[in-house]
Amino acid sequence: MLRVKGIRDGLLITFEDDEQSWQAKCDALLQHLDAQIEFLKGAKLALDVGSLAIKAADLGSLRDQISERGLSLWAVVSNSPVTEQTAQMLGMATRLHTTTPERSGRQADSSMQGEDAIFVRRTLRSGNRLQHNGHVIIIGDVNPGAEIIAGGDVVVWGKLRGTVHAGAQGNENAIVCALELSPTQLRIADQVATTPQGHSASKPEIACLKDGQVLAEIWNPAGSGKE
Amino acid sequence: MTATVITITSGKGGVGKTTATANLGAALASDGAKVVCIDADIGLRNLDVVLGLENRIVYDIVDAIEGRCRLRQAMIRDKRLPELYLIPAAQTRDKTAVSPSDMVRICDELRADFDWILIDSPAGIERGFQNAIAPADRVLVVINPEVSSVRDADRIIGLIESEEKGPASLIINRIKPELVQRGDMLDTKDILELLAIELIGIVPEDEHVIISTNKGNPVVLDDKDRAGKAFRNIAKRLQGEKVPFMELTAPDGFINRLSRMFRPGGE
Repeated sequence: MLRVKGIRDGLLITFEDDEQSWQAKCDALLQHLDAQIEFLKGAKLALDVGSLAIKAADLGSLRDQISERGLSLWAVVSNSPVTEQTAQMLGMATRLHTTTPERSGRQADSSMQGEDAIFVRRTLRSGNRLQHNGHVIIIGDVNPGAEIIAGGDVVVWGKLRGTVHAGAQGNENAIVCALELSPTQLRIADQVATTPQGHSASKPEIACLKDGQVLAEIWNPAGSGKE
Repeated sequence: MTATVITITSGKGGVGKTTATANLGAALASDGAKVVCIDADIGLRNLDVVLGLENRIVYDIVDAIEGRCRLRQAMIRDKRLPELYLIPAAQTRDKTAVSPSDMVRICDELRADFDWILIDSPAGIERGFQNAIAPADRVLVVINPEVSSVRDADRIIGLIESEEKGPASLIINRIKPELVQRGDMLDTKDILELLAIELIGIVPEDEHVIISTNKGNPVVLDDKDRAGKAFRNIAKRLQGEKVPFMELTAPDGFINRLSRMFRPGGE
């Protein structure tokens, strides 16, 4: 039902994709931990749940039960966007090591055109981190302290006041649009920019790279260049 | 009676959680309810000092959890108000001594005998905070009207929502109307627009709070005090009463703006 492996940052426990219930898997895990508790004292655990979609109450309860044993659950890896979001909301990592953005140079990355997008209809609060290989569309605000990291474009139908990184894997054609563009920090591919002092975001704006620099201009449906 | 468990938290430290817990507890008890306050700040306890009960601590919450005493023995009864009790934190331990399920268990044991259980959360987002919100039916978030407090509160509200304890209610503490009017202090409207939760109270900056805290007397017990009145109003709103927000002293223009923002009927 589960596999245990030692990794650089502690232990990685993988839940097999079998028919067993979440509860049964957790019980098996806790049993395993209890059996080796002396040896494991203080260890950091990462959990791979495969394609299971897990809600906050279940994941929070497992995390609490693990911490009661003197261990800590610091990351939950999965294929399910629901689980990924739950883990992020509870302050846990969703990757086991940070991936550095690939340097793809100056080639126009046309493969991004068809890339999938995730669609989020809520406000991202401080501490929320949304990471996705494709495009990110948010209906809601992005509060200061929230982060969006997208391989593709980012569209915020609301106030963008957090930090945003579009084209995070090196795509210099990525764009960032927002109804109110006032990010703490805005990055496209390798370029970094911040909101100028005194800037009042009264109209929707679009930010893109022009001549290697981040340029933000008021949205003009007739003429904005990037597709 | 079945108690409502309310956790008072903030994220940022020093904004007035302990003061709010002590005063709300005293106000609810003055209104005739049976209240127990629990200090969840293990290792940095303060609720006992603010209530003036530190000299009477024999057992604390960790003693009760670890079985060295019964829960009742760790409860200190306030002599000023007939039905106000405190379960103090331990000062010589830290937050790993208590787990979320311990807190749930303790509150379940207390529910039948009280109207309100108020939990004073520590600052931060780690174990202490998780302990404090585990048993909560309702969460109050305390902020000061300044940027770092609001940023931390946003994070905390996000965590509260993800733990499915939301929606939280907001207390804006230590507001100075003159500074707001001058544009030097955050406007309540901007705060509410960012945090997007219900406002349950605004407490003005009042030097009496520090003076009374040092003496261990909750300000709600003093009729003349403005901060005390604000806390008493919050206690009434918790009990379901609709109380209009206080007019805070400032020249005319500001009062009109303020009362336009907050319709009586508790928004």
